[in-house]
Amino acid sequence: MTQLLLFNVFNGLIIGAFYALMALGLSLILNLSGVINFAHGGFLAIGGYLAYTLIPYVGFWGALVASPFLVAFIGILVERVLIRRLYGRDPLYSLLLTFGLAFMIEDGTRFIWGAQSLPYQIPSWLSRPLSLQFFFLTGYRVFMVILVTAVVAALFVILNHTRLGIRIRAGTLDLETVSALGVNTGVLRNLNFGLGIYLAGLAGVLAVGMLGLQPTIGDNLIMPSFIAIIVGGLGSLPGTLAGGILIGVVSGITTVFLPAASEAVMYVMMAAVLIVRPRGLFGEEGRF
Amino acid sequence: MKFDKRAGDVLVWALLLSAPFWLPLAGSYVELGTRVVIYALAAMALNFLLGYTGVLSFGHAAYFGLGAYGTALTIKYLVPSTPVGMLAGIVLGTVAAAIIGPMIVRLRGVYFAMCTIAFGQVFYFIAFQWFSLTGGDDGVSAWHREPLHFGFATLDILNSNKAFYYFVLAIFAVSAAAMAFLLRSPFGRTLLAIRENERRARFLGIPVDQHIWMSWVVSCFFVSIAGTLFSLMNDFVDPRALRWDQSGNFVIMAVLGGMRSFWGPLIGAAIFLVLQDYISSETQNWMSFIGLFFVLVVLFFPRGVLGIIRRKATS
Repeated sequence: MTQLLLFNVFNGLIIGAFYALMALGLSLILNLSGVINFAHGGFLAIGGYLAYTLIPYVGFWGALVASPFLVAFIGILVERVLIRRLYGRDPLYSLLLTFGLAFMIEDGTRFIWGAQSLPYQIPSWLSRPLSLQFFFLTGYRVFMVILVTAVVAALFVILNHTRLGIRIRAGTLDLETVSALGVNTGVLRNLNFGLGIYLAGLAGVLAVGMLGLQPTIGDNLIMPSFIAIIVGGLGSLPGTLAGGILIGVVSGITTVFLPAASEAVMYVMMAAVLIVRPRGLFGEEGRF
Repeated sequence: MKFDKRAGDVLVWALLLSAPFWLPLAGSYVELGTRVVIYALAAMALNFLLGYTGVLSFGHAAYFGLGAYGTALTIKYLVPSTPVGMLAGIVLGTVAAAIIGPMIVRLRGVYFAMCTIAFGQVFYFIAFQWFSLTGGDDGVSAWHREPLHFGFATLDILNSNKAFYYFVLAIFAVSAAAMAFLLRSPFGRTLLAIRENERRARFLGIPVDQHIWMSWVVSCFFVSIAGTLFSLMNDFVDPRALRWDQSGNFVIMAVLGGMRSFWGPLIGAAIFLVLQDYISSETQNWMSFIGLFFVLVVLFFPRGVLGIIRRKATS
């Protein structure tokens, strides 16, 4: 029993880390540009597929490094060509646009790589369990937790200690003033979008090692990411991080006692948060 | 050219009433007309909230789907009667909306949209996972709509697709009239005031959240009517009826036709469904084309067809 519980808590932690990675990217874009990026799951899938294609040439580690950057580059292009035109308009339009993009990306990946699930090889020494008693602790899982922790830490260092990060945070609070102070907000939003998409791409590369590779892989991760943002509180990145991990772990624990409710419990948590504290756990008062 | 509203109304009703007769001549079929009317009702219901209250819901598929499931399950397991099934579906959809409403009406803009999306997915998961009741991914099948008995006459909506079309159109007409009536009432004018300037409406002492809740429930009520008709049309319902892409379809229909006009969503639904019908019969990659369609509408027709006509008419 203890072992089962431990297994599911750990599993929930990993899933929660994915939710958090996705949600942090979504949150970055939402906070600065007011765009709900419905295509985020699509970018995640592209990350996975690009890594799959790259592995024969650059190996597992090369793909792990290169793929998210390529996805971020695609994201930057998409922002420049399409999404930029919709800033300042009703959020309805950017939502519809990214919605259409999500369709196109899903169908496009299916067209290029096929609808069937593809095998994704991770190095054999990573897929071995670390101990016999805790069979679920494979090297890959531990590695994922460490990597996600490192990336999230790096993200917060960027946001708190670099010029770009400080401008992003300032822009989140008051973009007009930031613009008046001489910052090119077009470039700022562009880079911020790229940063958010980079996180989606990275989540994609990591997720395929665990969930396999199929065109709809992003679909199952995007709704929990929305919930993570709502639970954590809109406008707060630490909140989003906490929200992602929280719903992952809670849904993991629920799996032990009531497997059928493991999805539903996330929505229950969202409803509870909205009733008790509509701005979310760490959200600012009066922002939305 | 002056845009004459009454002439427009007459034209719309004339086209709708004669549809079963000219659709086959235009190389189409009656079921497509039925589908257009049903989706038009859903999109107009959404537009009650989106266009007239200025609140963006991206989760209306949930209440559409609840209406559909309520009807299907009632007819299959409880009472093999079309009106009872419809009533059950409408009650299910509306009650769910009324319960969820208070949790989200305090939120605005993107945040409201995001919460409606997330809440919409709850019902998708329930329909998907409660296999013993809903059949999961396979949906609810092995039932069919029943002919309507009025005591003095029987309307065979099961076997005659024209009869079913007129049945759907009658319900559409009543619903559209009810929405038009509500929009012209003081309640509707208050919603317009909230759309135009929420802060000023609040200063005037209008309980804004309460009005948004009412508008939300009214909107979901009509969308669940569309949902019941949808499952009656197919004699079948599966979780795709309440998935998020369905919500997106409703929104794009309203936008494409013109959010600020009463008949806009109807025009949007007609264009969207005819196009979808054509593309999905031509290519396997119809999803890409629909996606591209979304992008093009947003970039080039944000005001919708009627919005453009109206702007030309005034300039």
